[in-house]
Amino acid sequence: MKFTEEHEWLRDEDGEMIVGITIHAAEQLGDVVFVELPEVGTVVSKDDEVVVIESVKAASDILAPVDGEIIEVNETLVDNPGMVNDDPQGDAWFFKMKISDPSQMDEFMDEAAYQKFIA
Amino acid sequence: MSDDLRTPLYDLHVELGAKMVPFAGYAMPVQYPMGVMGEHNHTRSAAGLFDVSHMGQVTLTGASWDAVARAFETLVPQDVLGLGDGRQRYGFFTNDAGGIEDDLMFARRGDDLLVVVNAACKGADIARMRSALEPQVTVTELADRALIALQGPGAEAALAGLDARAADMRFMDLTDLDLADLDLNGIAVWASRSGYTGEDGYEISVPAAQAEALARTLLARNGVAPIGLGARDSLRLEAGLCLYGHDIDTATTPAEGALMWAVQKVRRPDGDRAGGFPGADAALAAPARKRVGLLPAGRAPMREGVAIYASEAATDPVGHVTSGSFGPTVGGPVAMGYVNVDHAAAGTALWGEVRGKRMPVQVATLPFVPANFKR
Repeated sequence: MKFTEEHEWLRDEDGEMIVGITIHAAEQLGDVVFVELPEVGTVVSKDDEVVVIESVKAASDILAPVDGEIIEVNETLVDNPGMVNDDPQGDAWFFKMKISDPSQMDEFMDEAAYQKFIA
Repeated sequence: MSDDLRTPLYDLHVELGAKMVPFAGYAMPVQYPMGVMGEHNHTRSAAGLFDVSHMGQVTLTGASWDAVARAFETLVPQDVLGLGDGRQRYGFFTNDAGGIEDDLMFARRGDDLLVVVNAACKGADIARMRSALEPQVTVTELADRALIALQGPGAEAALAGLDARAADMRFMDLTDLDLADLDLNGIAVWASRSGYTGEDGYEISVPAAQAEALARTLLARNGVAPIGLGARDSLRLEAGLCLYGHDIDTATTPAEGALMWAVQKVRRPDGDRAGGFPGADAALAAPARKRVGLLPAGRAPMREGVAIYASEAATDPVGHVTSGSFGPTVGGPVAMGYVNVDHAAAGTALWGEVRGKRMPVQVATLPFVPANFKR
């Protein structure tokens, strides 16, 4: 699992990249009450706003961590946004991407580096 | 953060694990480990303790109740003179254009008036009262008193367990002066049965030096948990109550703000003591726009600033949202805002533009959650 400075995680599953937000990010957001996911098939560039997430406190955007195409979204979050608080690094993934340039992954942190980043 | 003022409960908030944020010049708890949603639900089902010590507590004293009340009526459109001893009312200061300078609670304690104002406005409010009322009336800020709210269906049992007289108070009553102040575990307090959540509850004025001891005593009662500003905001929004600086401000009149219920007949144009407060004509004039409840049809919250349209394609907005969030008790998004009066009837179908997309929203009657006061 790799981590970004935007508090997202990416997990490589058979060449597809699963993306979610970290436990730390979910704690900072507070209770998530609304999730708006992108359309499957959307081609995105790094830092495009792809997901809108609203907590009781505020709205936030989740950015595409890399260039690529959205190939699947986690529809269960739409009806159960609270899953983002319950299991942010597991069942509450947001989308899967086919990534265009694997070298964009090089800058991301491993878990130890991320823990240091948020400490 | 280091420049922010601290209430007498600051150390307790930190000890309880609160996330502290700057609010109106004070470091205040926005939430505790329970989280905004949990704290909101806890207040509706049991009892929540809120530190509202950042608010201004002011007493007005004069030669007689009549003198104090008549003086205060020159600043507010409320019936002050008719207020019974030990009773409290909601009111607001108006400006020369009829706009609202601040909203407030005022209570009669014998011949004195006790006024509670918003933290962000208290400096200006006190200056306004001093300049308009002194020397006939003496304006004293009670900077040495803290204010603690205990709210929720469990509030009465929690407080009455300490002093049984708390149960005899009714909504908008003060502590009965004939029976002396409430005695909460040896701490003498002034209490009123009131609040800002739509729930039954009390607001308790306590000497600053005893505030922490009182808060600890209350938190030790069955079902009482500390609640932060986050839940305070969602609770008051569901209760349809205004947040000054958002839902009402210097540019909104009481009539626009749908606050005519708080202007008693005697102060209205045909009343015996009509006018006599700043901007009287403009403040009560029939408005072109009105504050209403707004219930978004989807799951997406419509937050402050969202433009409201009469149709999906209309180019000019008919209003905007002034407060909007997720309502945990409603189980969906809730909002309030201003719309032109011809779109203000309950049930009117409108559209709110969220992130460039028009989404359906309906004008709703306030409150979203029925009040649970003990009258």
